[in-house]
Amino acid sequence: MPLYEKLKNIDRRVIYIFIALSVIIPLVFKIAFTEQASPIVQNIFDKIESLPEGSRVILSYDYSPSTAPEIQPMADALTRHILEKDLRLYNMALWAPGHNIATETTDRIIIAEFPEKVYGEDYLNLGFKAGNEFLIAVILTDLKKMYTTDAKGTDIDSIPMMQGVKNLRNFDLILSLGGGKPGLKEWILFAGDPGHIPVAGGATAVSAPNLYPYYPEQMLGLMGGMKGGAEYESALMKIYPQYKNKSHPGIDLMGPQAIAHLVIMIFVIIGNITYFIARKRGEER
Amino acid sequence: MRRQVPLAITFIVGWTLIIAVFIPHPPFGQLGENFTTYFDIIAVFAFILGGGNLIRVHGNKVYKKRQDWPYSIVTILGFVVVLIAGLFKIGNPDGLSGDLTQPGSLFQDLYTYIFAPLQATMFSLLAFFVASASYRAFRAKNKEATVLLVAAFIILLGRTPIGGYLTFWLPESLSFFHIPNLAYWIMTIPNLAGQRAILIGISLGVIAMSLRLILGIERSYLGGEGERS
Amino acid sequence: MQRLLGIFLIIGFLFPLTWISESFAQENPAFDDSAGITIAPPTNVKAYDHPGDAGGAIVVEWDLSPQDHPENDLILGYEIFRAVYPDGEYESIGVASPGHTSYMDANAEDEHEYIYKVTATSGNGPSATAISNPAGSSPEWINFGMTNLFIIGLIICSSVIYFIMHAKKGGKLFLRKIGGLEAIDDAIGRATEMGRPILFIPGIHDMDDVQTIAGLTILNYIAKKVAEYDSRLHVPVCRSIVMTTARESIKEAYLSAGRPDAYSDDFVHYVTDEQFGYVAAVDGVMVREKPATCFYLGAFFAESLIMAETGNSIGAIQIAGTAMPAQLPFFVAACDYTLIGEELFAASAYLSGEPKQLGSLKGQDVGKVIAMAAIGVGVLVETIYVISGSSAIGNLSSFIKNLFVLG
Repeated sequence: MPLYEKLKNIDRRVIYIFIALSVIIPLVFKIAFTEQASPIVQNIFDKIESLPEGSRVILSYDYSPSTAPEIQPMADALTRHILEKDLRLYNMALWAPGHNIATETTDRIIIAEFPEKVYGEDYLNLGFKAGNEFLIAVILTDLKKMYTTDAKGTDIDSIPMMQGVKNLRNFDLILSLGGGKPGLKEWILFAGDPGHIPVAGGATAVSAPNLYPYYPEQMLGLMGGMKGGAEYESALMKIYPQYKNKSHPGIDLMGPQAIAHLVIMIFVIIGNITYFIARKRGEER
Repeated sequence: MRRQVPLAITFIVGWTLIIAVFIPHPPFGQLGENFTTYFDIIAVFAFILGGGNLIRVHGNKVYKKRQDWPYSIVTILGFVVVLIAGLFKIGNPDGLSGDLTQPGSLFQDLYTYIFAPLQATMFSLLAFFVASASYRAFRAKNKEATVLLVAAFIILLGRTPIGGYLTFWLPESLSFFHIPNLAYWIMTIPNLAGQRAILIGISLGVIAMSLRLILGIERSYLGGEGERS
Repeated sequence: MQRLLGIFLIIGFLFPLTWISESFAQENPAFDDSAGITIAPPTNVKAYDHPGDAGGAIVVEWDLSPQDHPENDLILGYEIFRAVYPDGEYESIGVASPGHTSYMDANAEDEHEYIYKVTATSGNGPSATAISNPAGSSPEWINFGMTNLFIIGLIICSSVIYFIMHAKKGGKLFLRKIGGLEAIDDAIGRATEMGRPILFIPGIHDMDDVQTIAGLTILNYIAKKVAEYDSRLHVPVCRSIVMTTARESIKEAYLSAGRPDAYSDDFVHYVTDEQFGYVAAVDGVMVREKPATCFYLGAFFAESLIMAETGNSIGAIQIAGTAMPAQLPFFVAACDYTLIGEELFAASAYLSGEPKQLGSLKGQDVGKVIAMAAIGVGVLVETIYVISGSSAIGNLSSFIKNLFVLG
């Protein structure tokens, strides 16, 4: 079979093999690039940087393990930045598996890297509650209507960080990570807009275009996909160089993503070449 | 009568909730949230139907030894094991009163070592399918498709550091053509304009559909009344 | 394989560039120590009930401290204190960032009046304080901040209802052809001829999503055709309520097609609420049963492409429809026909051909005209303002923009 015929009738499994290799090889050889934060990511960083010490920040884990490789770098970087700035961090989850991820992030980042931070005074896990966007609508006016205890079952009134917190309006920033529903869009529509609370966050690359319409009026910033996380990591390392020696999975995984993009482009070019040859030969119109 | 009651409920609740949006005073202000809470409660009870159906369908399959019945055993086992691990907090260091996700609990282990990798595996299929779909779909068949193809290439490059390296030499006056800037422009201007147009159309479609439901004109989701052609 | 390695070598050439760009890293600018400067307090502190809410919120506003400039970093923020009026003790209730001139006290109780004081904080300690007027909160009956939404909603709803009445009286309505809906009958016929089942996926959301309802209205039509053609229908769902509703809808469809005997509850079965577990199950069904036709009509997320590509690989005719903009490109790439956004909601009206339903589609066009007119006028006025710099036109532009901002 001539090369043209082979390329024209390329088996989809061949494409799959090349995509797999384009991810595996850069991972093995640790091909990595540097990043620079775009304005839409830098805005989030600047907002956190500008918040006074002790400000309250919600970090909502609105995703599941499926998208964790893409979203987790954002969660790690945000957690580090929030605690580095001595802000008060309130973890919660609109997705059930999000609570597990929040617990895992707490163990890996907060307990390991910020041993001086005290649970209940500097950070808190509110856990998962069912109710999707309507949970947000309820806690906009009365947080204790839905959260009577934290994730560990401790009475919410006995937690120092919860003193003076009545509802979402007592928070200075809401960060939602995910991109599905409920997620950042619901935080904007049900908390940010009606409560005039700054909202920002991160979403998978696939979902990010859905959220651009809310930027910058209703959403002060957005981290889109792996690149968004990598950009935030680079912004963090620029101001806090100590994080150059810590894990930065976003930047590390941009290498495989870059190569995979190139492989897809090569296949699209091959597809177009065979298409034009076929058209020239009159096989396709 | 079987149709009239649900239609009447839809009509009354629909209009009440629409009006309640503009009345913050109690009890109207909380109506939307309350009704959604009712829905969630009903949905939780409805899960018993779903779980029951799952067990019945797969139980039947195993019992009658239909095609691929061993897979049904895996399904039933998975369902039962996770249910028991969660309900009884097996292996939980703090027993029944502790957090479900505590390290050491069987539920958390099932989550970490089975659920999470399986989910990630399914999602990662997207990378492969995006490649094969792009290969098939991105053909410069006409002018519009060619513009789409060029935009796709700019975004693919612009969303990686390679795009930056390719055009880093451009002078400041031409920074607009720097690939990451071009990609950002495509995402925030033409793409956003299209997204907004689609969103406006969708919102209007939702309004019209909702009105048809509230007014009882659209009832085929309830099974209709033999009105269709 | 050699070619592949070649590509990676070229990319590997780009790797050293990482070192170059790292060398451009900037250091954190040094903090400008401003010890010894007296900080002036904020002025003109006002407190008032937050309008248009259910009570429990008071807005505190102030004018910035004269030393609050982004360039000098003197002011670290503003601290807000509150006391029950007239003789309560002050307690700190929150902080605001530099440059901010308001704070919402969302912890107010309607039965009390409060008085507030605001102080600017700096590296040298707090400034003197400025005290507000006493203010209380109360619930309101009408949220006037949503008047614009009410008027626009009223116009759109009225026009939808008007055109429904108009159509009922026999008024003529034009509806363009929608390819995806025209193809439904052929797709069902093809499956019947091939003796293979038809797969219907109503999305992954519950019945509280109007997209799911829109999908089920089309399912009703499809089920009727399937009953007439004596074909096979398979509907795996991921929500229990969707399962019961879909069963009801299909049962009625079989009844009205005169085939109640052919109906079985097993047409619809629950799989799991879990998104990717559901996708895995649906893909399994596709690969094992090889349906000739696949419908994806409802709310979809990342699973859209996974299902549509699997359907494509088994050679099924695929008709999709969703109002999730991010998933539309995937469906367009992998399916034969795609209902884009509003077409999904128009589908049941289109398929039924009922004048009342078609009238509602016409009514929604009025909303489009309003949106297009508002965008056109807004863009025109803003463009003239940018070119001319006239403050009068600038005010007009702001006025138009505020017409569409919720208070």
